[in-house]
Amino acid sequence: MAPVPRIVRSTYEYEGRTRESITVVEDDTVAPWGAEARLSVVGRPHPRVDAVERVTGAARYTADIALPGMLHGRVVRSPHPRARVQAVDAAAARGLPGVHLVLTPDGIPDDLPQPLQTEVHFEGEEVALVVAETPEQAEDALGAVRVDYEVLQPVATWEQALAPGAPEAVEGGNLGHGGKPDVWEHGDVEAALAQSEIVFEGDYATAVQLHTALEPHGSVAWWQPGRLTVWASTQAIADFRNGLAEAYGLPRDRVRVIAEYIGGGFGAKWGPDRIHHLAVIASRLTGRPVRLMLTRHEENLCAGNRPGTRQHLRIGAGRDGRLRALSLRSYSLDGARGGGGTVGGPVRDMYAAEAVRTEESSVYTNTGPACAFRAPGYPEGAFALESALDELADRLGLDPLELRRRNHAATRWGKPFSSNSLLEMYEVGARAIGWERREALARENRGRRVARGLGMAAGCWGSAGWPPAHAWVQLQGDGTVTVTSATQDIGTGSKTALALCAAEEMGVPLEAVEMRIGDTDGAPHGTGSGGSGTVSSMAPAVRAAAADARRQLLEIAGSYLDLPPDALRLEGGVLSSPERPDIALSLRELLRDLGPLNIVGRGGRAPNPSDLAVLAAAVHFAEVEVDTWTAAVRVVRYVAVHESGRVINPLTMSAQVEGGVVFGIGYALTEERVVDPRRAWALNANLEDYQVPTVADVPAVQAILLDRPDERLNNAGVKGIGEPPVIPPAPAICNAIHHACGVRLREIPVTRARLLAALSARSAE
Amino acid sequence: MTEGAGGSAVAGTTPVHCTLRVNGLRHELWVEPRRTLLDVLRRDLALTGAKPGCERGDCGACTVHLDGRAVYACLLLAVACEGHEVVTVEGLGRPGALHPVQQAFIDHDAMQCGYCTPGQVMAAAALLAADPHPDAAAVREALSGNICRCGAYQRLVEAVLAAARSMSAAPASVPPAAMAAGGGAGA
Repeated sequence: MAPVPRIVRSTYEYEGRTRESITVVEDDTVAPWGAEARLSVVGRPHPRVDAVERVTGAARYTADIALPGMLHGRVVRSPHPRARVQAVDAAAARGLPGVHLVLTPDGIPDDLPQPLQTEVHFEGEEVALVVAETPEQAEDALGAVRVDYEVLQPVATWEQALAPGAPEAVEGGNLGHGGKPDVWEHGDVEAALAQSEIVFEGDYATAVQLHTALEPHGSVAWWQPGRLTVWASTQAIADFRNGLAEAYGLPRDRVRVIAEYIGGGFGAKWGPDRIHHLAVIASRLTGRPVRLMLTRHEENLCAGNRPGTRQHLRIGAGRDGRLRALSLRSYSLDGARGGGGTVGGPVRDMYAAEAVRTEESSVYTNTGPACAFRAPGYPEGAFALESALDELADRLGLDPLELRRRNHAATRWGKPFSSNSLLEMYEVGARAIGWERREALARENRGRRVARGLGMAAGCWGSAGWPPAHAWVQLQGDGTVTVTSATQDIGTGSKTALALCAAEEMGVPLEAVEMRIGDTDGAPHGTGSGGSGTVSSMAPAVRAAAADARRQLLEIAGSYLDLPPDALRLEGGVLSSPERPDIALSLRELLRDLGPLNIVGRGGRAPNPSDLAVLAAAVHFAEVEVDTWTAAVRVVRYVAVHESGRVINPLTMSAQVEGGVVFGIGYALTEERVVDPRRAWALNANLEDYQVPTVADVPAVQAILLDRPDERLNNAGVKGIGEPPVIPPAPAICNAIHHACGVRLREIPVTRARLLAALSARSAE
Repeated sequence: MTEGAGGSAVAGTTPVHCTLRVNGLRHELWVEPRRTLLDVLRRDLALTGAKPGCERGDCGACTVHLDGRAVYACLLLAVACEGHEVVTVEGLGRPGALHPVQQAFIDHDAMQCGYCTPGQVMAAAALLAADPHPDAAAVREALSGNICRCGAYQRLVEAVLAAARSMSAAPASVPPAAMAAGGGAGA
C-alpha cells in the first residue's frame, strides 16, 4: 500500500525564532512510542557504536585526511583590524620551491566565489592564499607574500562604535539592520511597569566567548572534472553540499561532502565558509587535492564567537513576586559580522508576565565576526534575566526558587506546551542539591574567609527538531541493517542514538545496525547539527524508515511461512509467531533461504504540531566556595535537571548535560576574548591566555534526566539536549557567589580581578 | 626572512637522516630538522591518532609517550627523538586488544567528539604506568594538560580510576605492543 503524499505547512522554532516549513508527508503513520511502551534497547545506557575508533586513533577527522598529490594551503591574513589592501606582491612567494599557487583578490575568476578581501574589517581577514607541496613550503611562502595596506583607525569597542562621529567599522554603519532594533512586544510594558509595586532595573554585560572546538575549521577539497569532493569539518554535510553545488553551478549529486568524524563544532562549523571556498578554488586551479586547515591562532581570530552583550533589564512585579512587566534592551557585540542568535529569548519565553518587550540591536566593531554558538543568545539573555530575578527575590525577601515557581508559565502566550516539567524539576533539583541548607550556610559563612553559597537558575530552549529529515533503512543479504542519511555526529552521540532507534523499530540487535552517516553520497537529506535538532529531527525519520523496512520484511516472511504479516514477530533479529511456536527463524536464515531481498525502508519526519509550544527545560543548582581574600571561586557541587522528552541513551545524553555545564562554568568564570581597546587586536588568541576549563577546574556534575516521552511532538517522543545545558550555568553560579559572599556580579566572566574589585568596593562601604 | 632565497636559506630546511623508533618499529627517515615529532608521525608515518589542536603545547591533543613519559608531540622536534622510544595511541592497543585505559574510556563514555581522546588516553596510560594506584586528585593533575572542550572531564577521571582497578586486578592484560615498545613498562 503506497502512502499518499500530502503537503503540510507548519512552523517550528529554531534557536528562539519561528521558521516556516512546507513538508511533503507520506509516511507519518508510525504511532508514537508511548510512555508505557516496553522498549528493549532504547532508554538503556549504551557505549557509542564508534567508541573503539575514537579511543584507538582509527577515527578519521578532516585534519587526518591525506590524499596522493595533496597540496597544502595557508591564508595570508591582515594583521590590521581595519585597512584597505593597496597591493599584493606575490612574486617572491611564487618563486619559492614547491609553491603551486599564490592567489590574490584579483586572481580569482569572476564566476567563482570571492573569498579574498581588499577591504579589511577585522584582524585576520582573508587577503591572499598560498598553496604548496608541503606545509613547510606553504609556511615559507606565507612569509614571502608582501601586502601593502592603507591602515585605518579601527573601531575596537562598542562604546567607540556608538560614539558620535565614529568611523564606520563596516559598510552600512555600526548598528545592525540599518540602526533599527529588532522589537518584540506583547502587552503594554510601560503601563505595566507604571502599575507595578516593585520596579527593578539592572545593567548586565557578558564577554565574547570563543567556540574553541579542538579540531580547527578546515577542509580537503578535490575538484575533478565535473565532480567535487570535500572532506570538511562541518556540522551540516547536506547544507554544506547544497551550498557548494549552488556556488559552483554543479548538480548536487556531483558534489560529495564527507565528515565522518568532527572534532567539535558548537555552532561555528556550518559553511561553506571562505576558507572552504579557498580550498575548492585552489583545487580547481591546480587540479590537485588541497588541504586547508586553520591554525589555533587563526581559529581564535576569525572562526566565529559568541557575541558579547550589554543588556538593560527592567522588571515590574507585585509585592507577592508576581511578574507584571519584563523589558529588555540588548546590544549584541557582533564584531565585523553578525549572526549570534536572539538574546531576548529567555525574557520572552521563560516566565508568565502580563507584558513583555524585547528590543535587540547588533553593534559592529572591527573584531572577529560572531556566529551561532551553542544556544545562540540564550546563555547571554539568561544571565541577565536569572540574575535579575534573584536580585528581585532578595528585595522581596522571597526564596529565589519560590519566585520562579510563582511565575511559572502554564502556557506560552496562550499556546499549550507539548510537555512541561518545570515545576517538578524545581523540586527534584532542590532536593538533590540540598536547597534547604541555604539559611544555615549563610549563618555559617559569617566571619569566614572561605564562604559557601547555593544558587540556582533555569533555562528554556525550543529544540523540537523539524522537517525535512529523511532516512533509508536497508536490509542487507546477511540480515544486518544499514541506516543511510546525510546527517552527522559531531560528538553528541547522535550516531548511537539513531542506531538504537533503528534496532528497536526493526527488531534487530544493535550490533546488526550499521550507520552510514557523515557522507552525502547516495544519501537522502539529513539534518544539520544545530538548534539541538539532530536526534529530534532524525530519530523520528529513522524510526519511520525502519518501520517501513520491517513492514516489507514481514510481508515477505509471511508469504514464505504462510502466515499473515501481523502474526509474525521480529525480535533480536529472530522471527517467531505466537500462532506457530515451532518457528524461530533468524534473519540470516531467512535470507539464506530466500536470497537477498530488495528491501529499502524510507522514512521522513513529520512536522511539529503548530498548536503546541515546545520546551526543553533546564533547572540548574550550583554550590560554590568563594575565598573572600583572594577572590578564588570554586564550583564544588552542581546539579543539572533536564527534561528533553524521551531519553534514548542515558549514557550519552547525560554526557551532553555534563559537558554543557563545563562549558557554562568557563563562560561564567574564565572565558573572555580580550581586545586591545585602541588597536582592536585580539590579545589572547591562543589556548593559554584564553582559558577554557580543564579537568582540574570543574566539579562532578550530577545530571538528572527526567525521562518524559513527548508523545504529541513526534513518533520518538524526543526533544533536543545539546544546547539547553549551557543556558543556566552562568547565572546559577553568580547567584551562588552572591549567596556566599553578598557580592553581585553583573558582568561575566567573574574573573578574580572583577570579583576582587567588587569585594574591595564592598569592604570600603 | 625569506627574501630572495630558496628554501635552504631558511634554518632547518635541509632534510637530514633520522632514525625513529615508533610503536616498536624502526623507521629510517629524511626530515627537515624544523619539523615536529607530531608532524612526522602524522604525515610520514600515517599515525594520525595524535592530533594537532594548538601546536604550541597548550591543549594536549598530540600527547604521545617518549620513553614511557607523556609528552606533547607538537613541542618536540622529530630529530630530537632519535634514540628514544616513541609510542602513539596506535601502539598502545588495537581493536580486539585494547589497553585497559581504552576499554575504560569506552565503558564510561569518557569522550564526546573524540578529537582529544587519543591524547587523553596516552596521558592516562602514562600516569598508570608510573603510578598504578592514583587517587582522583592525581588523575586530575595528570590530565590537567589535556583540554577536552566537550567537557567529558568527570568521565575521564572515573575511567582512569576504573582502568587502574582493572589493571591491578589483571596485570597481565597489558597488550604486547606496549611491552615490545618499552612504553611505560618498568618506568
